[in-house]
Amino acid sequence: MNSLFDNFGEKLYECFIEHDMWRLYLTGLRNTVIIAIGACLIGLIIGIIVACIRIAPKKNPIIKILDGICRFYITIIRGTPVVLQLFISYFGFLMFLRYVDFFGIKQTDAIFVAIITFGVNSGAYMAEIMRGSINAIDQGQMEAGRSLGLSWAKTFVKIILPQTLKSAIPTMFNEFITLIKETSVAGYVGILDLTKIQSYVTFQTTELFTPLLIIAAIYLTLVLILQQIQKFIERRLARSER
Amino acid sequence: MNDNMAKNETEFCAETSPILSVKNLHKYFGKLEVLKGIDIDIQKGDVVAVIGPSGCGKSTFLRCLNRLEEPTSGRIEFKGETVFKKERNEWKKEWKTLLTKKGTTEYDENAVKEAELSYKELRKKEKATEKYVQKHINQHRQKIGMVFQQFNLFPHLTILQNITLAPVQLKLKTKEEAEKIAMELLKRIGLEDKANVYPSTLSGGQKQRIAIIRALAMEPDVMLFDEPTSALDPEMVGEVLNLMTELANEGMTMVVVTHEMGFAKEVANRVIFIDNGVIKEENSPKEFFENPKDERLKDFLSKVLM
Ligand SMILES: Nc1ncnc2c1ncn2[C@@H]1O[C@H](COP(=O)(O)OP(=O)(O)OP(=O)(O)O)[C@@H](O)[C@H]1O
Ligand SMILES: [Mg+2]
Repeated sequence: MNSLFDNFGEKLYECFIEHDMWRLYLTGLRNTVIIAIGACLIGLIIGIIVACIRIAPKKNPIIKILDGICRFYITIIRGTPVVLQLFISYFGFLMFLRYVDFFGIKQTDAIFVAIITFGVNSGAYMAEIMRGSINAIDQGQMEAGRSLGLSWAKTFVKIILPQTLKSAIPTMFNEFITLIKETSVAGYVGILDLTKIQSYVTFQTTELFTPLLIIAAIYLTLVLILQQIQKFIERRLARSER
Repeated sequence: MNDNMAKNETEFCAETSPILSVKNLHKYFGKLEVLKGIDIDIQKGDVVAVIGPSGCGKSTFLRCLNRLEEPTSGRIEFKGETVFKKERNEWKKEWKTLLTKKGTTEYDENAVKEAELSYKELRKKEKATEKYVQKHINQHRQKIGMVFQQFNLFPHLTILQNITLAPVQLKLKTKEEAEKIAMELLKRIGLEDKANVYPSTLSGGQKQRIAIIRALAMEPDVMLFDEPTSALDPEMVGEVLNLMTELANEGMTMVVVTHEMGFAKEVANRVIFIDNGVIKEENSPKEFFENPKDERLKDFLSKVLM
């Protein structure tokens, strides 16, 4: 165990500074952040739409069918590991493009597949978060809107949704933070994300432990920064109703 | 001469055709029958106080009037237009009872056929009516104001936005017009300085008065109040009752579910007592309080008046 930390400064230099090695980490970090942000946006849109459908009064058959589809989607996504979902969409994409070679896919295409997959994945969780905060809103809000003659949809958009977003934003931010860490499996399909960078650094320096520590530190810093932003947003939201 | 008569006749009509008319209203929650046949006509300018023991169905009755609650059967009309109509259950019952006589000498196949036919015809008609009502229910609700026990102001909007939201969204008024009216209403209740604050900064009494003028901004023909002062601290009850009294004196038609016997006595022109899902007694306030006839009402009054 001692030997791991022997000459730690030297190893750190070798694994981060020498030969501009930090550029590699930066590339990985960039890909990780791109995937997380893209997926988060897609998840947000899917989440809002799915939550609306799930919450809408089940009067006409079209909404009933859509509701069934949404429930199926949520069950499947939440019931299977995200790595598996990534593999399935990756190889599905390969088949679609008729690539023969496993590594024949371009890096940008792989990232695109990852964004879609993580987006569809987090959409299911976002939808449930949204649904939870919609249900938490006092029934009286919908009734007050309806009693003024506003339609269900108008009341939902003007009265329920803004309040929902307000209470859901902190939780959704959590989902984003989770997402950043979850994307670390992207390396399984050949994407150069932050975690995957370790294998490249190890290949060049023969160091295993140090790059792992460096990468952990980068993730941690990122998450701590995001948590500060989250706290700031929470304070702002709380203040806007005073 | 003829003109005069015609005029008299329309005036007569206007006076007698009720703003709200309720016939044989029933409401079940699952197997629990909460309303067991309510009949009442509410005329323009009426202030009807609704009293009764907790859980007797007062709120349910009120909420059925603008269909926040879905009645089970009966008929509700607002200004002569159907808001709810479902009277086929009786016919269905008759048809089914005729059918049970099958095998006995009383069984009359023609009568059964006839009953079945008229039931099915009625069902078809009522479904068409319901479709029509669903298209127009939002328009009716615009003219039926409602004030809730818990105020139900919109917490994410300022007071001014709370009041102008519906008139502007429904394109009844431009934003400027709506804001002007809202400010006049706010001035009237002495809260014009609160126009740009959020509801969470107001006291209960202020919130409820805002909720009342929010409903008023729609220029309703009738206003429904469901225990508007029950959630208030005692010292704030007065300001809300005063505003309601003002509205009543100006001729607003009101249906008020309340525990405030003073208000029922002084302001209402009709008081009804709901018990066990039916209107047990209805009278002018004087008769109602001085000379109650129903035993349950006597009991109820002795408890609340003391
Ligand atoms: N959504 C509902 N589902 C099932 N039962 C209900 C529902 N709403 C009301 N009830 C029941 O219907 C009955 C009448 O309720 P309602 O709220 O109309 O009474 P109320 O006269 O307004 O009483 P209170 O004075 O307590 O407000 C009660 O027994 C209540 O439990
Ligand atoms: Mg009630």
